[in-house]
Amino acid sequence: MTRITVTVDGVEYSDDIEPRTLLVYYLRQNLGKTGTVVGCDTSNCGACTVHLDGRSVKSCNVLAVQADGHEVTTIEGLAADGQLHPMQQAFHESHALQCGYCTPGMIMQACDLLKDNPDPSEQEIREGLEGNLCRCTGYHNIVRAVQHAAAAMRQGTEAPADSAVPAAGPGAPEPATAGVGAAGPEMPPGEGAPVSAGSTGEGVTA
Amino acid sequence: MIPASFDYVAPQSLTDALAALAEHGDDAKVLAGGQSLLPILRMRLNAPSVVIDLGKVTELQGISDEGDHLVIGAMTTYAAVLASEAVSTHAALLSKAVATVADPQIRHRGTVGGALVHADPAGDVGAPVLALDAELVIAGQGGATRTVPAADFFEDLFTTAVGEDELLTQIRIPKHTGWGAHYEKFVRVSHQWSIVAVAATVRAEGGSIAEARVGLTNMGSTPLRATAVEQALVGQSATEEAVRQACARAADGTNPPSDLNGDADYRRHLASVLTRRAVLAAAGA
Ligand SMILES: Cc1cc2nc3c(=O)[nH]c(=O)nc-3n(C[C@H](O)[C@H](O)[C@H](O)COP(=O)(O)OP(=O)(O)OC[C@H]3O[C@@H](n4cnc5c(N)ncnc54)[C@H](O)[C@@H]3O)c2cc1C
Ligand code: FES
Ligand code: FES
Repeated sequence: MTRITVTVDGVEYSDDIEPRTLLVYYLRQNLGKTGTVVGCDTSNCGACTVHLDGRSVKSCNVLAVQADGHEVTTIEGLAADGQLHPMQQAFHESHALQCGYCTPGMIMQACDLLKDNPDPSEQEIREGLEGNLCRCTGYHNIVRAVQHAAAAMRQGTEAPADSAVPAAGPGAPEPATAGVGAAGPEMPPGEGAPVSAGSTGEGVTA
Repeated sequence: MIPASFDYVAPQSLTDALAALAEHGDDAKVLAGGQSLLPILRMRLNAPSVVIDLGKVTELQGISDEGDHLVIGAMTTYAAVLASEAVSTHAALLSKAVATVADPQIRHRGTVGGALVHADPAGDVGAPVLALDAELVIAGQGGATRTVPAADFFEDLFTTAVGEDELLTQIRIPKHTGWGAHYEKFVRVSHQWSIVAVAATVRAEGGSIAEARVGLTNMGSTPLRATAVEQALVGQSATEEAVRQACARAADGTNPPSDLNGDADYRRHLASVLTRRAVLAAAGA
C-alpha cells in the first residue's frame, strides 16, 4: 500500500492504495466519482479523460500514485454554483450525445482544446478530439457543440455581464435558476432547460 | 484490465533513481509517461516486481539552449516539445513529427525519452531524432555518463543502447536553424500508428537544395536514414520532377515489415512517394 494525497474536484483526499491502481478506478471505486467511465481499457477511446493539473489525460493510462500531490478535475467538477459549464450546456443544446457514454470524456477533452485554442476551426476541433471515440453521433453535433461552447465562452470572457458563463447569481439556489421549469428536483439546473434564454450567449442558439 | 501487483518507488533525483535501478536490477521497470508501459502492464505482457517512477526527477524535465545545441531532458513531455519555440525554431522536424503522435491526452503524458527507449519501429520520434543527427546521453552506475550518436542508439525492435542499469537522461540536437521540415505520416484512419512515415529536413538556397536529411519510420526494425536520397538531393532544384528522381531510391537498404496494413513491397513504394512529398514540403515547394 502507498499513501497518496490528491485533490479531486477541489476536495483533498488521502488514501492508502495499491500502486497498481489505475487513476480511473481510484476515482470510481475509492471516491465514488462514477461520472468518469471506462470505455475501452486500451487507452484508445478517451471516455476516461480527466484533467491532471489542468491538462487532459486518459485516466485509464495513469496510475493513481502518479497523481500523488497533484490536482484532478473530473466531469463532476465542471459545473459551478449549480450551473452547468458552458461546454456541458452546449452538448445538451446541440444534441451532441445519444447513449452518452463518450460524453464525459468528450467534454473534458473539448474543454482542454479550448484552453489552447479558444476559437478552433472545424478541422481543429476534429483533430483536438482525435483521441475520443463516439459510436453513436457521427461527431457532427459534437463538433457543433464545441463551436457553440467556444462562442459562448469567448463572449463570456469579453462581456461577462450578459453571458451565462458563470451567469447564475452568486450562490443561486439550484432549482430556481432552471427558469424553463422542466428541471426535476434532482436534476442539475439547466439540464431541463433546452435553451435557457439569457444564459447561453448568442453563439449557442445561432 | 489491471496490472499485476508491484512495489512502487518514486525517487526525487537521478542519483536515487540509478540507485533504485541498481538495487532492484532485472525485477524493476522504469516508468516515464507510462503511455507505452502501462498498456503493457495492463495486458500483463510484463510484470515487474518494482516500478521506478521518474515523474519526480525534475532534473530530467525541460528544454535548454546550449549555443549550437538544444538539450531536451528525457522526461520532457510531447506537449512541452510542441509548446517550445526553441524546438520549432531550431529543430522544426521534431515538432512536426511529435504533433502526429497519438492524441492530445497521450501527448500530455508521453515523454520523448520514454518513446526513444521504448523504440517501437512504428514510433514517430526515432526518425526525426536520427535525421537531425542527435546524440543521446545515458547515465550509468557510479555517476558515469556516455553519449551515443542516434545512428548507434537504435539496435533492434524495442532495443536500444540503454542498458538495464542505465537511464536515458538527455537528447542533444544540433541546431538546424532555418531548415525547412516536414513529417509525412501515412495512416488509413485517424489516431493510427505510422504504416510508413518520412521525416525530411532541408536547407534550401535560392530555389535549390543545399543539404537534406531524411529519416524513415517503420521501414525496418529501427528508424533508418535514406542516405542515397540525401546525397541525390544535394544541388537539385526544389521542383517536383527533380525531387521525384532523387527520392526514387528511398527504400534502398530498408527491410520493411509485412502485415495487415501492407506488405513489404507496398511499403517500399510508399517510402519513395512519401519521401518526395516530405522533401517538397520541407523545401517549401
Ligand atoms: C492509444 C495510443 C496511441 C499511440 N500512438 C502513437 C503514435 O501514433 N506514434 C507514436 O510514436 N507513439 C504512439 N503511442 C506511444 C506513445 O508515444 C508513448 O508515450 C511512448 O511510446 C512512450 O513514452 P512514455 O514517456 O509514455 O514512456 P513509458 O511508457 O513510461 O516507458 C516506455 C519504456 O521506456 C522505458 N523508459 C522510459 N524512460 C526511460 C529512461 N529515461 N531511461 C531508460 N528507460 C526508460 C520504460 O521502462 C519502458 O520500457 C501511442 C500510445 C497509445 C496508448
Ligand atoms: S477507457 Fe481510457 S481511453 Fe478508453
Ligand atoms: S453518444 Fe454514444 S458513444 Fe458517443
